[in-house]
Amino acid sequence: MTAQAAFAQSNKGCSDAPVLKERGQREVFCGLTGIVWLHRKIQDAFFLVVGSRTCAHLIQSAAGVMIFAEPRFATAIMEERDLAGLADANDELDRIVGQLLERRPDIKLLFLVGSCPSEVIKLDLSRSAERLSARHSPAVRVLNYSGSGIETTFTQGEDACLASLVPELALESADSDKSLLVVGALADVVEDQFRRLFDSLGIGPVAFLPPRRSSELPSVGPHTRYLLAQPFLGDTARALEERGAKRLNAPFPLGAEGTTAWLRAAADAWGIDGDRFEAVVEAPRTRARKALEPHRFRLANKRIFFFPDSQLEIPLARFVSSELGMNPLEVGTPYLHREHLGSELAQLRSDIVLSEGQDVEKQLDRCRTSSPDLVVCGLGLANPLEAEGIATKWSIELLFTPIQGYEQAGDLAELFARPLVRRTKLEV
Amino acid sequence: MQLTLWTYEGPPHVGAMRIATAMDRVHYVLHAPQGDTYADLLFTMIERRDQRPPVTYTTFQARDLGGDTAELFKTAAKEAFDRFQPEALMVGASCTAELIQDDPGGLAAALQLPVPVVPLELPAYQKKENWGAAETFYQMVRRCAASHMPAGDWQRPARDPGRQPRCNLLGPSALGFRHRDDVTEITRLLDALGIDVHVVAPLGARPVDLARLGEADFNVVLYPEIAKTAADWLARTFKQPATTVVPIGVGATEDFIREVAEIAEIDPTTALASHQSRLPWYSRSVDSTYLTGKRVFIFGDATHAIAAARIAKDELGFEVVGLGTYSREFARDVRAVAKELGLEPLITDEYLEVERAVADAAPELVLGTQMERHIAKRLGIPSAVISAPIHVQDFPARYAPQMGFEGANVIFDTWVHPLMMGLEEHLLGMFREDFEFHDGAAPSHLSHGGASEPISVEVPLEPSSNADVMPLWAEDAERELKKIPFFVRGKARRNTEAFATERGLTAITLETLYDAKAYYSR
Repeated sequence: MTAQAAFAQSNKGCSDAPVLKERGQREVFCGLTGIVWLHRKIQDAFFLVVGSRTCAHLIQSAAGVMIFAEPRFATAIMEERDLAGLADANDELDRIVGQLLERRPDIKLLFLVGSCPSEVIKLDLSRSAERLSARHSPAVRVLNYSGSGIETTFTQGEDACLASLVPELALESADSDKSLLVVGALADVVEDQFRRLFDSLGIGPVAFLPPRRSSELPSVGPHTRYLLAQPFLGDTARALEERGAKRLNAPFPLGAEGTTAWLRAAADAWGIDGDRFEAVVEAPRTRARKALEPHRFRLANKRIFFFPDSQLEIPLARFVSSELGMNPLEVGTPYLHREHLGSELAQLRSDIVLSEGQDVEKQLDRCRTSSPDLVVCGLGLANPLEAEGIATKWSIELLFTPIQGYEQAGDLAELFARPLVRRTKLEV
Repeated sequence: MQLTLWTYEGPPHVGAMRIATAMDRVHYVLHAPQGDTYADLLFTMIERRDQRPPVTYTTFQARDLGGDTAELFKTAAKEAFDRFQPEALMVGASCTAELIQDDPGGLAAALQLPVPVVPLELPAYQKKENWGAAETFYQMVRRCAASHMPAGDWQRPARDPGRQPRCNLLGPSALGFRHRDDVTEITRLLDALGIDVHVVAPLGARPVDLARLGEADFNVVLYPEIAKTAADWLARTFKQPATTVVPIGVGATEDFIREVAEIAEIDPTTALASHQSRLPWYSRSVDSTYLTGKRVFIFGDATHAIAAARIAKDELGFEVVGLGTYSREFARDVRAVAKELGLEPLITDEYLEVERAVADAAPELVLGTQMERHIAKRLGIPSAVISAPIHVQDFPARYAPQMGFEGANVIFDTWVHPLMMGLEEHLLGMFREDFEFHDGAAPSHLSHGGASEPISVEVPLEPSSNADVMPLWAEDAERELKKIPFFVRGKARRNTEAFATERGLTAITLETLYDAKAYYSR
């Protein structure tokens, strides 16, 4: 019996489980962090944060020293005199955008990214974006979204960014056939793999949001069916629904079974029969299962504790429990989107503690008490927990590493196995 | 507004965190929105600290702004005190909380905690990290030493001759460039002089230790960026003299010994005669002749940049072709040194401006921060890191101070290592067109796998009035120019063009190139 079948027979898992809601200190990044991967993904886009020195310092610290080239992000740092009057701030912003675009004529899409201070002083970046778009059109399109910590947690920055792109998508032509839109930033290599699988299945046309270049924005409309590739895209999904697109309900493409169910959702919508589906996915699925095997051997029955971070926690908990036999103790998430995570929650054991939000000190207490074998947490907590003798996996690596799809299933499992393997190797 | 790609300094509350984290048994309650907790990773990841910084954030969100953020702060402060039981509590606001004006100081005072509460006013839209660290350290010193303050007309009595002189070491903090090892090195040096170290602060100090600062005879200011404000107050209040020489480099360390000896009224002769640095001999040994006149560009915090300039010029025989700092508070000191060197100082915190200046100066070695390391990498120039801001590799496992005589040894190795070794460089000059030994190849002791292929950065030249009459390069001259090592090629091109333009030449021939070379020969 496959893991999936076993779950199908069991109850509704965590679907109706109570959620521990916490409102204390949240040890999480803000949405500005998404710029670190979004600017690599959309290659002709520039992200200009309108914020403070703290914002600039945050992005730089989160990005480490990844200075491959002159970065396609920057901060317009507000100073004392900008806070005095709004008209002044707008003039300043216009000047800085002019300076920036003159320096970087390769930029076709500019995001003005709101921050905590710009939100608090109520600087209206949507009006600035309109004004600047008019001025710099057609060479550059200027959009805006908020990555502020008062409104967004970590990956919600990507959600806000993609949601700001949705009104820019062309309307699909009236006579167009059904099309598939895959939503959420994926590594290019993963995108290419999925594209090949959809082609073999006869599903298409397929487009991805965000695209690699701003000139390749997909069109959208009532014939669009979309699959979420990431679990943190609530606002983007809502915006797409408003444009008439319909979501294909699926778990997220993590692991052999997650990926299969995700592809299956699209196959069903396209009426692909079971034999053809099996013929296409069998080889890569077998490869993925084989890749997971050695890791399952190491990880089965290990106790794992998730601190809230990227909203990937619930799909990851499903993956490690159903495909690796691990035992999640607490699964924390900054925000629980029940609808999008429905099929994941149904596959989680009902005795897992689900927590939403955070009170980091109390959660650390719970973590220590539950003595997990592995903790998934942010960079601020990892070394201190290691020093206490608790093995950790940095959660940010789960965003910066290609983990989706069949060919990455083994890599994903390895990310969880590595900290434990390392401990067995070290004799110092 | 200021357009910023990379910042040299964080916001001032990060400076306050560096003090809180360096100290023992203090806690900092920071009114800040969700996301500002990113700063924890600076300490846990970059510095590999095994504990979280002692900081509690209120992490308010939009929904809290409509409600009572002041109450949120009070709850956070109360809970943090109950949980961590600090001996002093620092309270303050990050940039966003500054805008909502909740007055953390007043709110914390209302809690009537049984320990000193130090409110920090760090204007986030005017000031930066080092200023924040200095101000925080000063406020902590002031508050903790307040109960020991003598009357205004008090004079420090002469030291009992039966007691060894004693001093405080001020300035070492968390996230400091080699602060940990500098403290060890300077403590050893002072011990050899017969001077006791009374309190090291803020690194490792408890609030009760700050209260004892006045008991020392004088203060050693290791890092003026962090400790000068506090040291000035201690000088006024406790009549403690403070050192002004930062002991980085052999000459500066000797000057430091003399200064300390004078303040402490002891004889420095033995200490000066018996010093152990290998730098002077290494620098005089024949192998080092290839270092002569190497063009070096220096940028960092003021303390390290000034020290580097002196070492480069006087102790390694380099030619300093650029000197600058992002520490505006200490710009005057850097200007003075630049003037002595006949240079225009670069006082800026704009990364792009620094990049332009480096490219313009065409140095053979860049001494800077992690940012200049990247600039140098892009330009294909060797580099070494001398100053914060730093990254994980600036916290080496080995003992690697910058200060004192051992620090000078470390500096010699660190700066010379990225360069071509003497004979290798000469061979390169001889066999410039050798297929394996071309000018893009890395020094043979550095295996970069060919990564040193220089990336040329187009530096927009100032439009000159006679740009339209720029002389043309003859083909053979252009070919000859390519045989000049890449790191000086840009300079040679510009010199030759200037030489030709001044003489009203319309074409640059092979002859012109070598005439110009002779003209500018050093």
